Amino acid sequence: MPADVPADVPERADAALGVGVVVSDRYELDVNGTMREVDGAWLGETLLFVLRERLGLSGAKNACEQGECGSCSVLLDGVVVCACLVLAVDAVGSRIETVEGLTASGEVADIQRAFVESGAVQCGFCTPGFVVAVHDVLRRRPAAGDLEVREALSGNLCRCTGYGRILEAVRRVQQWRASGARE
Amino acid sequence: MPASSATGVSQRVTGGEVRDRVGDSPSRPDGVQKVRGEFAFSSDLWMDAMLWGKTLRSPHVAARIRAIDPSPALAIPGVRAVLTASDVPGRPTFGLEDPDQPVFADDVVRYHGEPVAAVAADHPETARAAALAIAVDYEPIAPLVDPEEALTAPPIHPEGNLFRHVAIRHGDPHAHGDVVVEGTYEVGMQDQAFLGLESGLAVPAEDGGVDLYVATQWLHVDRDQIAASLGLPADRVRLYLSGVGGAFGGREDVSLQIHLCMLALRTGRPVKMVYSRDESFFGHVHRHPARMWYRHHATRDGDLVKVEARIVLDGGAYLSSSRAVISNAACFAPGPYRVPNAVIDGYAVRTNNPPCGAMRGFGAVQACFGHEAQMDKLAVALSMDPVDLRLRNALERFDRLVTGQVLTGAVPVREVIRAAAAHPLPAPLGPDDPMLARPGGAGATADAAHVRRGVGFAVSVKNVAYSEGFDDYATARLRIEAGLDLDAAPVATVTVATAEVGQGFVTLAQQIVREELGVTRVVLAPANTVDVGSAGSSSASRQTWMSGGALQRACAVVRRELITRAAEMWECPVACCRFENGMVVRVDTVTDVGDDAEGVHVSVGELLAHGHVETEEEYHHAPTKALDAMGQGDAHLSFMFAAHRAVVDLDPDLGLVRVVQIATGQDVGRALHPVQVIGQIEGGVAQGVGLAVMEEIVVSEGRVRNPSFTDYLLPTVLDMPEVVATLVEEPEPGAPYGAKGVGEPPAISSGPAVMAAIRNATGLSLTRVPVHPEDIARSTGS
Repeated sequence: MPADVPADVPERADAALGVGVVVSDRYELDVNGTMREVDGAWLGETLLFVLRERLGLSGAKNACEQGECGSCSVLLDGVVVCACLVLAVDAVGSRIETVEGLTASGEVADIQRAFVESGAVQCGFCTPGFVVAVHDVLRRRPAAGDLEVREALSGNLCRCTGYGRILEAVRRVQQWRASGARE
Repeated sequence: MPASSATGVSQRVTGGEVRDRVGDSPSRPDGVQKVRGEFAFSSDLWMDAMLWGKTLRSPHVAARIRAIDPSPALAIPGVRAVLTASDVPGRPTFGLEDPDQPVFADDVVRYHGEPVAAVAADHPETARAAALAIAVDYEPIAPLVDPEEALTAPPIHPEGNLFRHVAIRHGDPHAHGDVVVEGTYEVGMQDQAFLGLESGLAVPAEDGGVDLYVATQWLHVDRDQIAASLGLPADRVRLYLSGVGGAFGGREDVSLQIHLCMLALRTGRPVKMVYSRDESFFGHVHRHPARMWYRHHATRDGDLVKVEARIVLDGGAYLSSSRAVISNAACFAPGPYRVPNAVIDGYAVRTNNPPCGAMRGFGAVQACFGHEAQMDKLAVALSMDPVDLRLRNALERFDRLVTGQVLTGAVPVREVIRAAAAHPLPAPLGPDDPMLARPGGAGATADAAHVRRGVGFAVSVKNVAYSEGFDDYATARLRIEAGLDLDAAPVATVTVATAEVGQGFVTLAQQIVREELGVTRVVLAPANTVDVGSAGSSSASRQTWMSGGALQRACAVVRRELITRAAEMWECPVACCRFENGMVVRVDTVTDVGDDAEGVHVSVGELLAHGHVETEEEYHHAPTKALDAMGQGDAHLSFMFAAHRAVVDLDPDLGLVRVVQIATGQDVGRALHPVQVIGQIEGGVAQGVGLAVMEEIVVSEGRVRNPSFTDYLLPTVLDMPEVVATLVEEPEPGAPYGAKGVGEPPAISSGPAVMAAIRNATGLSLTRVPVHPEDIARSTGS
């Protein structure tokens, strides 16, 4: 053991916070239709941190930590939220849907396909958040026009694409869905 | 599903059955993982018993460190290590060009946010609290924050305050034009603002070395810098590229790499570190702020006679790539124009401001704001149309740059100008257009009757790849073998250390192998420093040319081996065999054999039945030379040109600007993946527009005032104009497939075009970017 490790290190990492933070007993989150137990976490952890670091769901991304970029977008009781702005314990009792859940259910398959085929993906860091946001706007407003789509996606930042191919992907999905050619 | 996109680009099916070759636009191989949220970015890594790292940064711009006491941090349960400068086992400094930057500040801190210590703890919140608990006794000192003063001020670093002075003297320094225009211009500090925060996972290895999984632009040069500071041989520091969430130059320098490896080696445990967004603003270099003075001389007919320029780039506290950035700014100070006489001085200086280095456009961006404002000024002075003035002076093949270098490649400057100008202008804003289409958008502030439209034009030039004598190369390993399935279809495996940062080299690598070998199944092995040599940096618009060139060369070696195998089989000279459409064809027997196809060709799969073929090839580009004392020399490999026309609507009372459209013509050599080229253009335009109207790291007295996405504004999809692009394809001699780079030009002249459009709408001179609403409203408000 390196010399500078204190001798009295507690066994449990979570109990070791020691900075005046409160460690929870245990809570459950309804994530993608499954009840997931979170045990011994610090109560100050965001939903984003718990999804990513405790539940192994890293599809929601950490990019700004203040609700500006939308990379961490998830659905909370059907409403798009930035998971970085929600405390995990505040999400107890709510229905949480992440990009992984939407992918598994097939609800966003055409959006995902359109993103890949349109060149809407470059580095891909913003992509899961955009998939969630596009899913949300097209569910609410299937025939949304250009400006309406832009307004709906304006909470999601992309630094690579300049959004052109993302808008193209949205148009493609709208065409496919309108013509019934969902897959 | 239709293969064509809105850009009018369609998939081409070339001879035979192999699709998705060079010139097509196949989907990127990592696309499906990325849209499903399954692609592992460097912040997604996780290991059992992993610790979390955190950096302590200086709250002072300049200070002496009297003492550091880590004991309050170490007393916090869950803290496993606290490291400072005295813990660095090897070279105490690092740096891309010269190691002038301390791994941790030792006796002195030279910029706001300089790393002072690093902590590893069981939980990120514990690490954060522990970093704050470290007791550092600082003695603040007066910072040097004015780049002009830096030239004469006492040195703030043992290596002095001048990183480099580039003097260019070309033609007759005393030449004088009939018409002279002069101006001073300023460019603010832009951030790369990649979305994927700096992050990585370091794992101590049994051999005493370390494995680092990290997002970077250049694995091998990171490795060399880390190894030097760890005091380890290079082969015991192994880097593996993990998912990179954008780069744009901001990952070319080392950020957390050395700290992370030190923490892992000290604790004997895996350590993960993820910067917060505010830390990211302190943790990487930015685009150099610039102060520029220009004087242009022309004849009454509008021919440029002389360009005089003095450009000062603020490099901040440490060198990074400042020497190369100022070389570019000076070399491209006149823009893509024929200039017989030039007196140009470029200075990159050290201050106590945040360190600056590489960002997309690399010196050409700053210069372009200057030279294009000057060209517009000159057009006014000459009563000429600004586009005509540019066409008149546009560089042509075999013209000389002000560095004396003769342009021997493709120089379609007039073509890109005409292409940008040829796009139809967008319809004017109507009184019934929705509020979102007006300046200010959803703020619902602009009165449509007050909105003014402006149109502006700008043209740019930049070098491809590394310059000034740097031995720039890339390496590619290629293995081809019979597949394991029933038909034993051949499988090619490409191993390159090329950092895929989003640009799509992974797609291009597959296209190249399909093109060269006719093999459909192309697998990309992970990029690392273990399995293959250096690819060089994913920067300077160079990887298509360099890593593409290395891979093309590897394919040629494989092809020769396959031809040799066929010749042995047929017992004929190698010269009688040719590689065609994924098979080797015997050319001397075709007519004799007639219908009997057996003897005339053999598939790659059959030739691999007796064993695989594997090779590793390096590609070095043609040598370049350092600039001499007069700034003369063949310093560059190749040049890219682009023209942008911007249309803006603005409300002069409120100073609000909406960029309506960017039309562009871009010299690409040849578009190897047209959809990805369009993606680079649209993405680069977004960054150019951002710099013109919103993006700036506000630094006052050396302090960064806006290190967050709330206060550092990036263009959203509502800010982004329509982009209409024409790809000008004139193959570049000597370039693999004739392709130039495409990543940087869209970020260079798009911003200056926006500034020109705003000047056109307001009549203001507006010499500083980014332009703020108050710059417009204050001057035009009634």
